[in-house]
Amino acid sequence: MNLILVTFIILLAFTSYYFGRKKALVIQSSQRLTALPKFYGYYLAAWCAAPALIIFALWSVFEPSIVKTFILQDYTDQNLTKNELQLIYTKVKALAAGTYTGNITNFLDESANKYIQLKGIANSAKVAIILAILIFSLSFAYRSVQKNDRMREPVEIFLKWVLFVASLGAVLVTIGIVFSLLFEAIRFFQAVKIFDFIFGTHWYPAKTFVRDGQPDPELMKDAFGAVPLFAGTFFIAFIAMCVAIPIGLLSGIYLSEYAGRGVRKYAKPIIEILAGIPTVVYGFFAALTVGPFVKEIGNAMGLEVSAESALAAGAVMGVMIIPFISSLSDDVMTAVPQNLRDGSYAMGATKSETVKKVIFPAALPGIVGSILLAVSRAIGETMIVVMASGLAANLTMNPLESTSTITAQIVVILIGDQQFGDPKTQSAFALGISLFIVTLFLNVIALSVVKKYREKYE
Amino acid sequence: MSKIKAENVNVYYGSKQALFDVSIDIAEKEVTALIGPSGCGKSTFLRCLNRMNDVIEICRVEGSIKMDNLELNSRKLDVVRLRENVGMVFQKPNPFPKTIYENVAYGPTIHGIAQSKEEMDQIVETSLKKAALWNEVKDRLDEIGTGLSGGQQQRLCIARAISVSPEVILMDEPCSALDPIATAQIEELIDDLKKEVTIVIVTHSMSQAARVSQKTGFFHLGKLIEFGPTDKIFKNPDNQQTQDYITGRFG
Repeated sequence: MNLILVTFIILLAFTSYYFGRKKALVIQSSQRLTALPKFYGYYLAAWCAAPALIIFALWSVFEPSIVKTFILQDYTDQNLTKNELQLIYTKVKALAAGTYTGNITNFLDESANKYIQLKGIANSAKVAIILAILIFSLSFAYRSVQKNDRMREPVEIFLKWVLFVASLGAVLVTIGIVFSLLFEAIRFFQAVKIFDFIFGTHWYPAKTFVRDGQPDPELMKDAFGAVPLFAGTFFIAFIAMCVAIPIGLLSGIYLSEYAGRGVRKYAKPIIEILAGIPTVVYGFFAALTVGPFVKEIGNAMGLEVSAESALAAGAVMGVMIIPFISSLSDDVMTAVPQNLRDGSYAMGATKSETVKKVIFPAALPGIVGSILLAVSRAIGETMIVVMASGLAANLTMNPLESTSTITAQIVVILIGDQQFGDPKTQSAFALGISLFIVTLFLNVIALSVVKKYREKYE
Repeated sequence: MSKIKAENVNVYYGSKQALFDVSIDIAEKEVTALIGPSGCGKSTFLRCLNRMNDVIEICRVEGSIKMDNLELNSRKLDVVRLRENVGMVFQKPNPFPKTIYENVAYGPTIHGIAQSKEEMDQIVETSLKKAALWNEVKDRLDEIGTGLSGGQQQRLCIARAISVSPEVILMDEPCSALDPIATAQIEELIDDLKKEVTIVIVTHSMSQAARVSQKTGFFHLGKLIEFGPTDKIFKNPDNQQTQDYITGRFG
């Protein structure tokens, strides 16, 4: 029913576009048009589709809760809790749809009939109202087309609003995600002191799990210390950057300053392919190839190496990040104006002197920006760590031992069966929001640094 | 006395020939102006004199360019030494995004000219004085060079070029991005500098060529059409094309 209605509105909008354009051509024969004929078409189409679709959307949002209120009115005198009411409503709906298998009481049956009836009324009302709106708005729009009113401005304003609503949607979703993280995290911090979370050195949420009961507050105190996770996260990111920064920067310099046009044309896309490899592939590459390799080398040297080592995960993550740094730093160095290079060469500077003294300093803000973006990427990376670095949250600075990160622990917490109100589950939100704050902070710095760089040359 | 002697210089960009058999004698401690319509090859020729065409991958230079009997168009030439001796000022002022002091000290640093901090200070000061910029910037040497006005930036670039005491300075339309007052300052500066250095200037302004130069060369379509004393070129040229260009009938 809904699908038919929407399709009808959209088809009608298309038709009115052609109709409006045709009408404009007719008007053209007697008087000067106020805009190109297509604007007449857009005008009619917009008036046709927008009001009807808006009402349709609002109706679809509010209809279920209104129907629910009507149904549950009959149960208000029974002193039921919110959950019980919800259960009844679900039963009524199932009964109406014919999928209910439990005991059917008279009361339920009555409610289900009422539900079907209400739904029917709502549907017919919806169709009627939308048809009325279509007729009303189309005739209104058609009259102004007939009067040859100004067409361009309303269409432009309409487009502006369409774009505004699209960006508003994106912003609202972001805000929604942040707030849901925040509220769950706050609930977590009601169970676990924020001090214990930030400064505690033991992460072992599994031990707080108690079947059908409240966990022991003493246990809680020592189970959610995030220090090992933060340490592990930054440690692995640090190893990754040790790999990615030198290789990325040097290859970026080579690409922008030394490589001939032919080399650059092929080398740059090849490096960028690294960024296109799915992280899960990097993950098993790290777990199955690099990890055992590191272990073997370490064993040959007489070192104790865990099969899942921070070194393997960090190194592979570094390889994954190389293209971020090399490609971005290549871009910012290429963007340094040629006349600065000329100025330096004309003074008798060699290529390496020019790179070191002119190009690199001039591009430095952009390079710093690219590195910070790469760091926040490394901190947020999950798959490689889950697969290659282990899940035990050891507090260690030994790259040959296994360690775990915030992202990996979130995975551990949320796979398998969950109890939603459980502090163990909620701790994922606390971890998520701390991760979010760290990467947000890095991104803000990166963007402001890059912006500063732009101001210099434009 | 001849400083630079170019013979039969041909320049190609890929398969396209940009200069055809250009031969020219550039006299020492004089200003030589190169004029001609856009794309006539005068800048290309200028860039042959300090091998700046090396930067352009597809560019190929043939012929002989001798400076004090040193062949410039040779693989064996030490380009770094050459550019120490032949400075260049570009069309658009291009100070480095560094401090004024560092801009001027750039050349002396990479060529290891100054032995001490005092010596470097001295070089920076004399260069800025010669470029007639000292009085305007002496109190803010640690400010960023790109923050100066256009005319000041160009004089800073001239100071940078003369900081290594070159024998020749090449100027590629140095005033085309400047206002008339800044232009007058630069022209005055060129007049002063020619006491010590040989200057080759490419310009689109006929009046500028007439004002600052002793010799003028007229380029057209990659060929040197006429070359001679500025007075003669502007008052009584031998070639009809030169006459037409100077009187503004084409170009």
